[in-house]
Amino acid sequence: MAEVATVETEPLFSKKNRQLLKDPLDDQNPITVQVLGICSALAITTQVKNAVVMTISVMFVMIAGNVIVSLLRNKIPDRIRIIVQLVIVAALVILVDQVLKAFVYDVSKQLSVFVGLIITNCIIMGRLEAFALANKPWPSLLDGFGNAIGYGWVLVVVAVVREIFGSGKIFGIVIPGMDWLYSVGYMNNNMIILPPMALILVGIIIWIQRSKNTQLIESH
Amino acid sequence: MQELVNIFVKGIFIENMIFAYFLGMCSYLAVSKTVKTGVGLGAAVIFVLGITVPINYLLENYVLKEGALSWLGEDFATVDLSFLSFILFIAVIASMVQLVEMIVEKFAPALYGALGIFLPLIAVNCSILGGALFMQERQYATILEATSFGLGSGVGWFLAIVAIAAIREKIKYSHVPAPLRGLGITFIITGLMGIAFMSFMGIKL
Repeated sequence: MAEVATVETEPLFSKKNRQLLKDPLDDQNPITVQVLGICSALAITTQVKNAVVMTISVMFVMIAGNVIVSLLRNKIPDRIRIIVQLVIVAALVILVDQVLKAFVYDVSKQLSVFVGLIITNCIIMGRLEAFALANKPWPSLLDGFGNAIGYGWVLVVVAVVREIFGSGKIFGIVIPGMDWLYSVGYMNNNMIILPPMALILVGIIIWIQRSKNTQLIESH
Repeated sequence: MQELVNIFVKGIFIENMIFAYFLGMCSYLAVSKTVKTGVGLGAAVIFVLGITVPINYLLENYVLKEGALSWLGEDFATVDLSFLSFILFIAVIASMVQLVEMIVEKFAPALYGALGIFLPLIAVNCSILGGALFMQERQYATILEATSFGLGSGVGWFLAIVAIAAIREKIKYSHVPAPLRGLGITFIITGLMGIAFMSFMGIKL
């Protein structure tokens, strides 16, 4: 029980806890370093709005899932833990899906199956397995939040690039004062709206990130 | 019959799980370092998709859909359980994967050895749940069509992972810029392959 005593004296945002928030943004980024959760990240980034809605959904599922699994971590039998985790995550995703359908129906239509696919989003399962099963609720909450932000920034960056160059808009609003560009012959790049370009953009983000943070370079 | 072949071919090329929808990317990127492991995982995916899509189809049409429960009696004709589909689909997938693992272990130990660790990994492969959800969205008319869709998507996934694994084996010997090595170049190659696969898009089947 010595462990409990140390936690009580530990401040809520101790160095270790701040690390939990900071790591997923760069050194341990879920998308560019851990390669988790790519599936949904790429398909829905044609518009910033979708990316933001997706990030918020993932954030909710991740934080709630992390906290619930962390609270139950001593009760879950080891052999069936995957199924227990899947059920918890699936229940949370159903909540998200129903809320999206009720309040932002058009976005929920565009996200189509990808809301459901949050269940098998590897970031969530990965964090539940790797972190929440072995840690207390508060650090798990921070870890969920940090990872969701780390996932979200990549999504939003890709979506901003794709929306600006692909349809000349941001958040669905035409960028003002750019009419002269079109009149001199500039055209929206329809190619960047196509799914494969998202992969290439993430590849470029990885390239830039690793040339700044050389520790991440793989040998092969 | 022709319809079945069309759905199968469509699943492989036009609506390829990886190149058109990015489903199952996590395992696709993680397990594609060598062709041998790629083939193992790909075969397991075909197997599981071919089994779970028809089962989920039955579940969807006889339990979940609005009016699907009418075989129980008049009172149930208006029940709509479709909000439960995520949780039931994933439960079916997780338990089928477990079951398939046990059956393969018992009756085909050689295959079990070859698939090994890949089978349990498949429960959280997005392409399996994605297959079930697309099946739900597209409302196939018969269970045969759904099966054909499941097998076709599986073969498409297999093709994609074997192709990228072969390229990654070769690319080890090329001079890739250091920060791009490994993950970065794999992303970009997958993007280029996706563009190539888009040439199938105009085909109407």
